[in-house]
Amino acid sequence: MDPIFMWDTLQRLLPGIPLMLQLVSLSLAVGFVLAVLVALARLSAFRPLSAAAAGYVFFFRGTPLLVQIFLIYYGLGQFPEIRDSFLWPFLRQPYWCAILAFTLNTGAYGSEIMRGGIQSVPWGQIEAARVCGMSGLLLMRRIILPIAVRQALPAYGNEMILMVKATSLASIITLMEVTGIAQKIIAETYRAVEVFVVAGSIYLLINFVLTRGVRALEWYLSPHLRDARQAAPATEAAALAH
Amino acid sequence: MELLSFGDKGWGDELALAACMTLAVASCAFLLGTVFGCFGALAKLSGLRALEIAADAYTTVVRGIPELLVIYLLFFGGSGALMFVASMFGHTGYIGVNAFMTGVAAIGFVNGAYSTEAIRGAVLAVPKGQIEAAKAYGMPPWTLFRRILAPQVLRFALPSLGNVWQLCLKETALISVTGLVEIMRQATIGAGSTKKPFTFYACAAVLYLLLTTLSGIGFGRAERWAERGVRRS
Amino acid sequence: MFYRLLAAGCVAAVALAGAAEAKDWSKIKIATEGAYAPWNFTNAAGKLEGFEVDLANDLCKRMKATCEIVAQDWDGIIPALQAGKYDAIIAGMSITAKRKEVINFSLPYASTPAALAVLKTSPLAKIPVDKNYDLDKNKADAEKQIATLKAALKGKAIGAQVSTTHLNFLETYFKDAADVRSYKTTEQHDLDITAGRIEGAYASIGYWKPLLGKPEGKDLVVVGPTFTGGVFGAGVGAGLRKADDDLRKLFDDAIAAAAADGTIKKLAVQWFGFDITPPM
Repeated sequence: MDPIFMWDTLQRLLPGIPLMLQLVSLSLAVGFVLAVLVALARLSAFRPLSAAAAGYVFFFRGTPLLVQIFLIYYGLGQFPEIRDSFLWPFLRQPYWCAILAFTLNTGAYGSEIMRGGIQSVPWGQIEAARVCGMSGLLLMRRIILPIAVRQALPAYGNEMILMVKATSLASIITLMEVTGIAQKIIAETYRAVEVFVVAGSIYLLINFVLTRGVRALEWYLSPHLRDARQAAPATEAAALAH
Repeated sequence: MELLSFGDKGWGDELALAACMTLAVASCAFLLGTVFGCFGALAKLSGLRALEIAADAYTTVVRGIPELLVIYLLFFGGSGALMFVASMFGHTGYIGVNAFMTGVAAIGFVNGAYSTEAIRGAVLAVPKGQIEAAKAYGMPPWTLFRRILAPQVLRFALPSLGNVWQLCLKETALISVTGLVEIMRQATIGAGSTKKPFTFYACAAVLYLLLTTLSGIGFGRAERWAERGVRRS
Repeated sequence: MFYRLLAAGCVAAVALAGAAEAKDWSKIKIATEGAYAPWNFTNAAGKLEGFEVDLANDLCKRMKATCEIVAQDWDGIIPALQAGKYDAIIAGMSITAKRKEVINFSLPYASTPAALAVLKTSPLAKIPVDKNYDLDKNKADAEKQIATLKAALKGKAIGAQVSTTHLNFLETYFKDAADVRSYKTTEQHDLDITAGRIEGAYASIGYWKPLLGKPEGKDLVVVGPTFTGGVFGAGVGAGLRKADDDLRKLFDDAIAAAAADGTIKKLAVQWFGFDITPPM
């Protein structure tokens, strides 16, 4: 372990962080919308819709993300029809292929989490809302989704961490994020252990911040569960001491 | 389609063999991970502060770092570390760690963190009253473990261990970077030499789906077996 | 159940420690990539094949050693050599100053210039094929050629395999003008050229020539001048650990003998269609 080398490595890895954060935030944002839609589709009484949603979830949860990335990046390029279509300007860029693969992947896992959340909404509350005259989107927006999201949040937090880790696979389709740069430094210096210790710490730190963020959000979204006199967990020191 | 035929002309037999390799790596890694999980859960429930901190550090760090990094770390650093340990015992020379062992160690190590939580949760799910009752009957610790704790922990842990197994199967795809010829690596080789990437990666996807689905059914059966005689609410 | 698992853990821990190997060169473990046809590749029967596999077997006979040839991913091939996973690398690896800092090389057994390949339909396909320029012997002319190429590649994406002299070449000379991408295998950049994601890729002419003759390479064409020397190093040699100087001598003698009696030429013509024996 050479501290000077590790410091240099850190400085070379830092430029990979923006790309990684972009990949994570974009695919999580789009993936969340997808997850909610797919969860609703799965719960719908319309058979073809719920079957299609189930098939999508089955495929993306049953195969490794690496296969999905390769199928989208190298696989789709095999067909001239796709290369000539309007999709190609997007699919020819590794960046959008990665976003697409990550989004579809997190959409599938997220939809199962959201389905659990939606099913956990007490039936009495939905009945009460119906009695008050709410239905359709209004019922969804005011009653079901807020409760479902709050219920699903801890599990969704885990999914976010998995996505941060998953971005390391983007290096395999030529995107130079943290793992990609780390690989390159190793190719030049052959000092695998030190480089990966530094790279690993970056991921750990980001995931640590993310976990704290989700925990704060959980706290913020459950005012009915907390003691009125209790202080907000904004006191990071208290959280660390735990 | 003849691309995927068996024999020397097609890739069917290679892919089937690769699927066996995936299964072998996943099974060994899962077993190793369960062992790690048992130790981890034991440490977390030991009541000894130092052990608890160590186990917490293990689960937090491993769950926060990409598996790909862990695999690289063990692949490139693993045999160096082994040689270092061996040199302390006066042994010099090279110690090779092959891709299979690296894969099993890396994935087992990662999955151990998940298994730790699964087993810890299962131990905590055993009603305290039952343990107290057993103690009141004068059961010695081993008998208590065998008759009361173990059967229930196994039952409670099975569903989450099933999930860990599924993760394990999918993570083996990352082992392809170490050159071990499992499904993913074989598909990449095939895609490269035939310039038909979609065909090969689709095949790989189907193989993984088969493995995850079949083993999912297996775990479902095991769960039902473990729950026989339990009254459902 | 629990105790049985504990026991299994102990067994696994002992098994992981692996076996030690003594240093005796009657058995040599050689690594190749298995994905760089026709240098070395894996056929549909799952066996390693190619120029270097044949050459390695020939060299082993000359060294009176039994050899085991294993496949190893390119980006880990040097660290794994250092870690002792095998004793030699025979995988189309150019002898460069940078690599020499960490490993040793035998005499070169092949020398092939680097060339750019693009799609036949690409506007770059019009660049005329030119002779070879050596970055050491004829620096000024070579750099003039690079400047012309740079203008043609401006704003375009171009690839090479990760940690190769070709990627190093692109990053040294083209980074500020073109989008340089690194691929895990050469086959992957070929897929991306065909798909139109990148305009072209740099690899050794010994890789392109045979590929262009096959149906998979029918859409590609080699353009412009070829380059040697400079960042490309002094030919292709066997990579060895610095500590194993005795093994290097064995390889040097075997390679010199194979070059002298025409074995390298024979194998090169068989696999590449032209001679790639380096000047000894």
